[in-house]
Amino acid sequence: MTLPPFERFYEQHREEIFGFLARRLGRERAEDAFQETFLRALRAYPKLKHGEHLRAWAYTIAGRIAIDEHRRPRADADLPEIAALDGRPAFAQLEHLADQLPPTERAAVVLRYGYDLDYSEIGAALGSNATAARQAASAGIRRLRQKELS
Amino acid sequence: MNAVSPELDRRFRDAAATEGLLDAAFDFVDSPIGPLLVATSTRGLCRISYDADPERELERLSRDFGVRVLRSAKPIDPARRELDEYFEGKRHTFDLPIDVARLADFNRRVLRELARVPYGEVVTYGELAARSAQPRAARAVGTVMNRNPLPIVLPCHRVVGANGKLVGYAGGLERKEKLLRLEGAIL
Repeated sequence: MTLPPFERFYEQHREEIFGFLARRLGRERAEDAFQETFLRALRAYPKLKHGEHLRAWAYTIAGRIAIDEHRRPRADADLPEIAALDGRPAFAQLEHLADQLPPTERAAVVLRYGYDLDYSEIGAALGSNATAARQAASAGIRRLRQKELS
Repeated sequence: MNAVSPELDRRFRDAAATEGLLDAAFDFVDSPIGPLLVATSTRGLCRISYDADPERELERLSRDFGVRVLRSAKPIDPARRELDEYFEGKRHTFDLPIDVARLADFNRRVLRELARVPYGEVVTYGELAARSAQPRAARAVGTVMNRNPLPIVLPCHRVVGANGKLVGYAGGLERKEKLLRLEGAIL
């Protein structure tokens, strides 16, 4: 699949990416994070080799920015609660570990355990559904475990 | 509701252009001869289209200039301003930088001669061929006019048949007639 013009990528994903950021950061902070997400995507876009998994890619960038935003102290904002965030860059280790996995499993593992997305969000990001996302994540984990033990 | 507001959308599109991250930007410009899709590359104005199918134009821009194509009003504003002035009769020449670098040499040479045809005057296909140092290439000149990526700014509406008939126009004869009427070239 060839890389679509950026306009199309942006139009297809802006709403759900904004929804994702707004749930994590609150609407106000989500606006800055939204702009940063798509500017970062735009910078990296010509380096992509194909047009597959763009949705997961967009979520990965947004997730990373949401984490950065959370770390940034901001006295004037009420932060919504976020689960499982202890400041440890789990996503960084996971991304490296998961490099050896097939793309869908890799995306599912990173989005689940690195970014703490729930399975319906991951399903949406991968263009499938919650069940398929759960299966891809557990297949990925199984594969990683086997690699670890072999 | 967690929806992207029009302000946020515009802010992103402006920022993308301001930071110089786009291979091409496009927007629609209203005109008396219908909405025009206007695009600019990093080098200058690169496309004006009548009756544009946005999907097809996006694909073309992406193929010709790079995948970072985005609708953005800001980079198009200078062209919008000059086109508005032209349609109000206040502007006779365009001062915008243009990008025709990817065209074949022959096309560029013909378009360069075309750009010299003054406001309100017409030239025949044969004359334009002669001025481009290809006196027998009237038909090829017709093809170049038909594929002109920048109608209005590169005034292919000022090129007519040997008998003075309007002959043809990629945007439709009605538009050609309106443009020539606006310029006072026909009554």
